[in-house]
Amino acid sequence: MMLRRLVTLSFTLLLGCDSTEAPVPAGFAGLGSEAQGFSTVTRGQPLVFPDDFGAHPDYRIEWWYVTANLTDESGEQWGAQWTLFRQAMAPQNSSEAEAGWQSAQVWLGHAALTRAEGHQHADRLARGGIGQAGVHTQPFRAWIDDWSLGSDAAQQRRPLQLSPLQVSATGKGFRYDLRLRSDAPLVLHGDRGFSQKSTRGQASWYYSQPFFQVDGQVQWQGETRRVSGKAWLDREWSSQPLAADQQGWDWFSLHLQDGSKLMLFRLRSNDNSHFYSGTWITPAGVAEPLDASAIRMTPLAQSKVAGRTLPTQWRLQIAHKNFDVTAQALNPNAWMGTGIPYWEGPVNIAGSHTGVGYLEMTGY
Amino acid sequence: MIRHCAWVLHTLLSHWRRHPLQAACLLVGLWLATALWTGVQALNSQARNSYDRAAELFAGGAQTVLLAPGGQAFAQDHFVTLRRAGWPVSPMLRGTVELAGAADTRRLQLTGIEPLTLPAGGAVEAEVQDQTSLQAFMLSPGLTWIAADTLAEFGLEVGATPTLVDGKQLPPLHVVPGLPPGMLLVDISQAQRLLDQPGMLSQLLVEPAFAADLPPLPDNVPLVWQEGGEADLARLTDSFHLNLTALGLLAFVVGLFIVHAAAGLAMEQRRGLLQTLRACGVSLKTLLAVLLLELLVLALLGGSLGVLSGFALAALLMGDIAASLRGLYGAQVAGQLALDASWWLTGLGMSLLGTLIAGGSSVLAAMRLPVLAWARPQAWREAQSRAIRLQSLLGVTLLALAGALVVWGDSLLSGFALLASLLLGAALLLPLCLQTVLRLAQRRPAGPIRQWFWADSQQQVSGLGIALMALLLALSANIGVGSMTEGFRQTFIGWLDQRLSADIYVRPQDAAQAEAINHWLAQRPEVSAQLPTWELEIRVEGGPTQLSGVIDHPLYAQTWPLLEAISDPWPPLSAGEGALVSEQLAFRLKLSLGDMLTLDTPAGPWPLKILGRYADYGNPKGQLLVSAAGLQQRWPDQPVSGIGILASQQNAPQLASALRNVFGLGDSRVIDQAALKAYSQTIFEQTFAATAALNTLTLAVAAVALFTSLLGLADSRLSQLAPLWAMGLRPAQLAALSLAQMLMLAAFTCLLAIPLGLVLAWCLVEVVNVQAFGWRLPWHWFPRQWLTLVLLALLAVLLASIGPAWRILRTGPTRLLRSFAHDA
Repeated sequence: MMLRRLVTLSFTLLLGCDSTEAPVPAGFAGLGSEAQGFSTVTRGQPLVFPDDFGAHPDYRIEWWYVTANLTDESGEQWGAQWTLFRQAMAPQNSSEAEAGWQSAQVWLGHAALTRAEGHQHADRLARGGIGQAGVHTQPFRAWIDDWSLGSDAAQQRRPLQLSPLQVSATGKGFRYDLRLRSDAPLVLHGDRGFSQKSTRGQASWYYSQPFFQVDGQVQWQGETRRVSGKAWLDREWSSQPLAADQQGWDWFSLHLQDGSKLMLFRLRSNDNSHFYSGTWITPAGVAEPLDASAIRMTPLAQSKVAGRTLPTQWRLQIAHKNFDVTAQALNPNAWMGTGIPYWEGPVNIAGSHTGVGYLEMTGY
Repeated sequence: MIRHCAWVLHTLLSHWRRHPLQAACLLVGLWLATALWTGVQALNSQARNSYDRAAELFAGGAQTVLLAPGGQAFAQDHFVTLRRAGWPVSPMLRGTVELAGAADTRRLQLTGIEPLTLPAGGAVEAEVQDQTSLQAFMLSPGLTWIAADTLAEFGLEVGATPTLVDGKQLPPLHVVPGLPPGMLLVDISQAQRLLDQPGMLSQLLVEPAFAADLPPLPDNVPLVWQEGGEADLARLTDSFHLNLTALGLLAFVVGLFIVHAAAGLAMEQRRGLLQTLRACGVSLKTLLAVLLLELLVLALLGGSLGVLSGFALAALLMGDIAASLRGLYGAQVAGQLALDASWWLTGLGMSLLGTLIAGGSSVLAAMRLPVLAWARPQAWREAQSRAIRLQSLLGVTLLALAGALVVWGDSLLSGFALLASLLLGAALLLPLCLQTVLRLAQRRPAGPIRQWFWADSQQQVSGLGIALMALLLALSANIGVGSMTEGFRQTFIGWLDQRLSADIYVRPQDAAQAEAINHWLAQRPEVSAQLPTWELEIRVEGGPTQLSGVIDHPLYAQTWPLLEAISDPWPPLSAGEGALVSEQLAFRLKLSLGDMLTLDTPAGPWPLKILGRYADYGNPKGQLLVSAAGLQQRWPDQPVSGIGILASQQNAPQLASALRNVFGLGDSRVIDQAALKAYSQTIFEQTFAATAALNTLTLAVAAVALFTSLLGLADSRLSQLAPLWAMGLRPAQLAALSLAQMLMLAAFTCLLAIPLGLVLAWCLVEVVNVQAFGWRLPWHWFPRQWLTLVLLALLAVLLASIGPAWRILRTGPTRLLRSFAHDA
């Protein structure tokens, strides 16, 4: 029931309020529709911290995204996802967005816990402006209902770093409480955070903290396990991140055994002229944007999930890095049956490199 | 086979062609029974549909909600606190608004919701899922969701932005199907603006599954659980609808008497025909099938007519019913009726069932009919007197049951069971009573004609028994309900005179205006006193209860109508130590003088001693009268609800209009005593208008039943009257005798109906009213009313008998002679 409402809501929000216009193909979840009245992402504008930890209500859509690859004491692999989306029904400045019920901000929370034998997910929906959901920058805290990602003032020694963080969420049959720690600097994707999404100018602001060390506990159907592992935080905002003909994306965040990190995505077009992008991050945190021509992403095996067919095994290649691996989903059924349905789950990689990571597939 | 059946049916139907009036009576009986039943059901289901729309507006039907302990508005921070503790709650703010310049000064309920957290399901689900609608609803200027019937009733248009009396504008109107009548649904942001309650909420809806076991609230959230708040309306109005249903059922039963009389008569007359058919080789099975088919056809025909007229009747009464439900219970019932498919089905079903009950006995009689035996009137009479014995036995059993119910019954349902067993028991005993009276009369030495008159009357009782029972039922129901209504009216008016002691009543729009009115009045020389009251609705032991705070003024001690009280109850009341309770609240909570009652208030518990009981007629909710100071201390933000003004009689109208002009108040906010009394009485009249209409119809149905029976008997009468004619009595004498006989039987029935009606009235006042409304009315006698009713009944009987008597009068010697030939 809630899911149906979420679907319609998301579409509403993303399609914008001008319903008199003829409907145009607008990409996955309407992310390719026009951004009337909202700020646009323009190259060269520097990101400013800690302000850019927080919300940007003048942009239409924004998210705070944590994925964690975990192992429990018995060696079993787990994956945890925590996401807070912000969507604006109308452009607002910060004070308008906080002005009680008049706020046009709608917040969505998605959380999931995945293991080889199962996948649980939950969602939350809230109106901005009154404190049910939101993001503070000092100290950093993002929350919706009883789910939260953040730290208190005493913990956050260096205000320009998103560490340490506590992340917790609970849903039907699962909950998790994780501590995230990293001394590494933030990684800005693309051109100092300007991440291009099509050849026609669509772009988003995009930075990550891929170096989190994690420990904490997960609870599955009432049974608690201690876990530890690695986590990756993504921050992204935009008003029109997709071109109208882009139907969805396949996105990887990978923790390699040697300490390197890799972010890869392709945006699928109707006419198969997919848009590729990625960032290679050295163990020291130096980011190298990858040229589209260097990236090859090849689906190897399909799975039937939730009535759709999705590639849950991939071959990933980056020629000049001698990178050639197979990425295999830990659980091919990691389907997020939320308002905007998509696939999101942990993967293991093997080949020229080994490691773990997360795969997100939308628009199938 | 089908052809065979068709021929048998054709033959049987020929009877109706020869006796069209009989056929008409049968149909009229079915028609009236179904019409009254369907009408009442239509009224009830319309009202229930309105309550259901209110109750099921949000998921989970009877919603469990969180409220502030005193029912007052609370800060929305509690909502945020609970959400952040993982509670699936959704905020809501409720209030009433008045449209400016509307001809209808009715107030509309304004409800503010937050669609994102609203539990899924309910009437608005489709709208919440519709992208454009949801966004338009949430974003300024928003939308006002309204039901189509409310829009039509208030003469509003889609897209309009009506202005309220305080000058604010509603967001554009948008029709949403399934919303309760009289309700405006807006976004929570709009509701806070329109109701002047920024940052405030009145309740929190809770996801039904979560609310199921009422988890304890966190310490920092001072709210309380309230279960099934939306079901209150259905519970409060239950007794009202049960009353209507009982009346509808009574009318149905009386209607069935007609059907029974007509069907039984037709059977009697077709006895020969049936025997002939059997002798001609028609199997019993075929005959029964065809007889049942015949009943089915009649039931469908009468039933269809009944459903249509029932619908018309309901449409006619709907306005009154809706107005009285609104006046009495504040229940919003849509005034526009739509013919529902389910009414057709239930109406036809009832008609079919009724026909089977009423006509089934005649089919059974046909089954037992020997193929060759001739009709034996004597044997039939013996069977009839056996039947009377059986009936009487059943009647006595029912009366015993009624007695038991008086002693042990303790619910409204048992109250109605009491009424039903009393009425049916008495009706079943009627033939025995009449037989006994007639036998006694026969013992008196008299001439042969008188002897014949009494003896023959006894035989008439068998044929007319059912019709006379119908008359008894209708008449006693009329006397009973009439006595109750009239008694209520007198008590109510007397009570109203006492209760409405102030000359003008003002309802300020808000606290600031109340203050201004207070200052203005203080400077008027003609105002001798101001009596402000503070009213709020709280829940006492789970039931909605009005708490009314009054100031210390000698007028209360002088005029407040107390049923019982400790000596000098007003000083402890003013001291905030005690309360006066309304009769119905005392009944519900079983409170006696001196008991302690503790109220939950925002400032903690408030122990109150019960100082007395007062009548509060027409109020379905309980009421508590407490000191204004004590109330304000515990609910500090509660604005003045009303001000009673004492002024000289002649100055009151001018003062009222001055108040309206100075403060821009509508007619419904400033009202003088006379207008308020008139208004209260209108509600009262409306409440009983439907009752009265149904009652009169019941009497009419009984008259038709009698007419049908007499008509049927007229033919067989001829053979009984022919010997008398042969002995030298003139047809005119015979007709007069028949008429006298009829009136005598009716008069006896009426004589029995009066005590029965009084017993019924007693049951209504002492049992049903107390159970239904919680108040006991003083007993009143209305001999003039009984006389009128009896005369009306006799007139009806006379009208019904004139036709058959006329036929006797017009019967020529040939026909009378022929009846001898037939007998031979």
